[in-house]
Amino acid sequence: MQESQQFKDHQREAKIFRSRVVVMAVFMLLLVSILVYRYYDLQIVNYEEYATQSDRNRVHVQPVPPTRGLIFDRNGELLADNKASFTLSVVSADATELNNTIELLKSLIEISASDLGKFYKAQKQRRHKLDPVPLRYRLTEEEIARLAVNQHLLDGVEVNAELVRNYPHKDMFAHVIGYTGRISEKEVDAFTPEQLQRYSGTHAIGKIGIEASYEDVLLGEVGSQNVETNARGRVMRILDRIDSKQGSDLRLHLDARMQETAVAAMRGRRGAVVAIDVKTGGVLAAVSYPGFDPNLFVTGIGYRDYKSLNEDIDTPLFNRFLQAQYPPGSTIKPVIGLAGLHTGFTDVNRAISDRGVFTLPGSSRLYRDWVLARTGGGHGRVDLKAAISQSCDTYFWDLGNRMGIDNISSFGGHFGLGNLTGIDIPSERKGLWPSREWKRAARREAWYPGDTVNISIGQGMVLATPMQLAVMTATIANRGVRYRPQFIQKIGDQVHEPIVDEIFETKPEYWDAIIGGMEEVMHGARGTARRVSERSEYRMAGKSGTAQVVAIAQNAKYNSALLKERHRDHALFVAFAPVEAPQIAVAVMLENAEGGSSQAAPVARAMMDAHLLGYYLKADEFVPPVGFHHAAIIKRANNYIAERKAVRVAKEAELAAKAAVQAVDTSSSAASAAVLETTHE
Amino acid sequence: MSKQDFLRRMPEAASAFSRRARLAERLHIDFFLLLLLMLLTVIGLTVLYSASGHNLPSVEKQGTFFMIAYVTMFIVAQIPVEFMRRMAPFAYVGGVLLLLAVTIFGDISMGAQRWLQIGSFRFQPSEIMKLAMPITIAAYLSRGFLPPRFTQVIIVLGLIGLPTALIIEQPDLGTSILVATSGIMVLFFSGLLWRYIAAAVVVFGASLWPIWHFMLHDYQRQRVLTMLDPTQDPLGTGWNIIQSKTAIGSGGLSGKGWMEGTQSRLDFLPEGHTDFIIAVMSEEFGLLGVILLLAIYAMVIIRGLMIAVNSQSSFGRLLAAAVSSTFFVYVFVNMGMVSGIVPVVGVPLPLISQGGTAIVALFAGFGLLMAIATEKKRVMTPQS
Repeated sequence: MQESQQFKDHQREAKIFRSRVVVMAVFMLLLVSILVYRYYDLQIVNYEEYATQSDRNRVHVQPVPPTRGLIFDRNGELLADNKASFTLSVVSADATELNNTIELLKSLIEISASDLGKFYKAQKQRRHKLDPVPLRYRLTEEEIARLAVNQHLLDGVEVNAELVRNYPHKDMFAHVIGYTGRISEKEVDAFTPEQLQRYSGTHAIGKIGIEASYEDVLLGEVGSQNVETNARGRVMRILDRIDSKQGSDLRLHLDARMQETAVAAMRGRRGAVVAIDVKTGGVLAAVSYPGFDPNLFVTGIGYRDYKSLNEDIDTPLFNRFLQAQYPPGSTIKPVIGLAGLHTGFTDVNRAISDRGVFTLPGSSRLYRDWVLARTGGGHGRVDLKAAISQSCDTYFWDLGNRMGIDNISSFGGHFGLGNLTGIDIPSERKGLWPSREWKRAARREAWYPGDTVNISIGQGMVLATPMQLAVMTATIANRGVRYRPQFIQKIGDQVHEPIVDEIFETKPEYWDAIIGGMEEVMHGARGTARRVSERSEYRMAGKSGTAQVVAIAQNAKYNSALLKERHRDHALFVAFAPVEAPQIAVAVMLENAEGGSSQAAPVARAMMDAHLLGYYLKADEFVPPVGFHHAAIIKRANNYIAERKAVRVAKEAELAAKAAVQAVDTSSSAASAAVLETTHE
Repeated sequence: MSKQDFLRRMPEAASAFSRRARLAERLHIDFFLLLLLMLLTVIGLTVLYSASGHNLPSVEKQGTFFMIAYVTMFIVAQIPVEFMRRMAPFAYVGGVLLLLAVTIFGDISMGAQRWLQIGSFRFQPSEIMKLAMPITIAAYLSRGFLPPRFTQVIIVLGLIGLPTALIIEQPDLGTSILVATSGIMVLFFSGLLWRYIAAAVVVFGASLWPIWHFMLHDYQRQRVLTMLDPTQDPLGTGWNIIQSKTAIGSGGLSGKGWMEGTQSRLDFLPEGHTDFIIAVMSEEFGLLGVILLLAIYAMVIIRGLMIAVNSQSSFGRLLAAAVSSTFFVYVFVNMGMVSGIVPVVGVPLPLISQGGTAIVALFAGFGLLMAIATEKKRVMTPQS
């Protein structure tokens, strides 16, 4: 190559090169302009849209669930509280990963087939693929620890604490307090928009009992918080928060000690006990036995548990004090008697001569008094008082027949019979207090005089719940003032005033007569329940009754021996005390226990002793034999039990001490042996 | 001549400048370029600290790479340009052999075979090719007369095609585009006739259809489709681009503030510390930050082109211009893909994105620029 030529080319190359640089620079400028325009468009023109999108990415509104109000008895004993329950949830975006995670979880904690079934169902319904789905509820401490140790292997597994209802007394208050349960789809569908809002952070709702009827005040007000979440939905921080308002605490008239006394006195027999504070209508105790553990229902009862409860021949789920309707038997005789006095078909001194049988005029059918089978004769000469105290059927057959059904029909309502008592828990049954109209409508039959005869002693077409019988008794004790039975005493700080449903007025001597008759039942020489009042420290009034059992539908599940037992009559007893200034009214019903005075009355006495004298029974303490019910004896027996227990404890301590001494001996001898060895060295 | 001109232009600064110029010549450093690079280093580490989720170790690691990169740059700057030119064939052959080695022995990471492990040292040979390519093409073309003849052009295209194909096979579309571009840039600056350029554009346009159907992988096709409409698959392939656009847009004029970018901090933005780091910067520093960064990049590129224009040798000119404009392609492709106007092709934002090899390779390129810049002055100083 020649020098000159190269130099010339060099100049030309440089010129071409410079022009190319200019072209490239222009091209670059164009592209940079596009870039700047693009960023300007994103950051300035469409800023609002992207800023909103960015906030929507990260900021989420979460409801803050309120803490449910607590429930206390009249003495501040906790009947329902909230405790932390730990729930295991799984976030699963990927199916195979999910299967691996579940296999691993199965090896760590117990996961049942039904847990898995519910999990997969919930997983299909989740709204976002990163929503956590609950897999196991009620993790134990040990399970939580096992999960924590293996946390590094368990991606997308969360353990969350949630407050759930806890019932420390288990089955004792099941039918009163009821329980909360998971809100069902059906309940959600029935929610109003406001309710949906209120329940947005809450998983539980009161299903039955107090929990259901005071749901509105127990729930509280939901709060909300704005949280910042990362791309995987994990909450990084709380931006701002409106706190939830705790639900109101409830204080009930119930007395836990009375409730326990009732359960203890029933000695495992099926039935119901209701005790009412006469001066307020407050319910002191309401037992339906057997009960069930409401804690089972809180986080969803398992199929097997539910099945066993539901198919139990003793029907533990059935609320006997509110829903069981029995013919009230003789317990309504005081009411019939008062009706007779009030309408003038009898008076305080009118007496009949009873031979133990009664016939309707123009009829040959014999009505036999219960005493006829025992003594072969009648009650003899009885006035109203004696008729009540001896439970003379003939007197009331005659009285009822002469009064006629219309007088009886219009009278029951004054004592709350045949109507809902208005108690403040749901599912109450209203029993039956019949009338001509009712029979015509319900049975398409005319009213017969025989019907009147039957209902005069509480049999036949008349039904009442134990709650109604307690209200009736309290109304008699109050001489006509009928308070509405209520569990609630206080909502938060607000005292719930007693409600008077009716004040029935009649002559004081009429009240004296029937209350006197009821007092005679307990204290009279021929009173049916006189043995129950032995050595009593106060005067009481009562009335026994027997409810005939309607044939139970045959069912292959129940064997005949069981069925035979279940065809016995139910024992009923109503009572109040003290007679001079009544404080407590009690209704007791023991299924298939037969003797109202012998079986049910002692339970009533126990309730009155507990309330008036403070002799509370405990489930694991001495329960006196029937008819031998005296507070001093109970005390002595319990002292004896306590002594025996103290001896046992002392003996155990002695044994333990001996074992410890022996252990020390062996170790010290070993030590001395060691010392010997060292000295040998 | 040129020195007199130079002094005449800035007489009052002559003595000071000449002193500094002499120092620069002796050390083979372009102080202005160095200043810009240090500025970018500071910006890069600052943004990375936030983008990596306040991960100091990863910033320290990046800082270490920067130090290695500066040393590399100074070493490269000392190499005489003429020596580079002569060494070009060896660099090219060596680079191609390493690429073949990757194809045979390389480590597979994230579905692609890009890495070569030698002892405890792990690197991507394709990065070497980013420099070997323009050096080789510039060396080849500067040997003969310019503009290149048709046969030369064909040979150059072959030289470009072989390593590019090897890199595409890894597969690494982003790097192959950059490698090919660095070669094509040399061809462009060599004065390639406009009719060839026009023909190439037509051929390229015509070959788009077969490329789309036969050469691109499914995921690459998906990237193009995603760019055109990211909302088609918002939780899948469209996620990155939707989230990066959201990050950029929500930054507004002045941004949410350093370490306050919610999109990156809360992991909505994938790859926020690597390829998508401009989204983090846009979110936290806003349009003003973006424009500032673009301005610094522009100055780097302008400086590079000035060095090219002032270079006396064709090799130096071609190489400097190609390195500078390839740097521009880096910036444009990255900022374009993150903002959704270019398909996502895995090109990092130069000097800001995390990644050691890329930074060292870039700084080696700046070392070339500095060598070329000071080479010219060495020629012109009276001492020679």
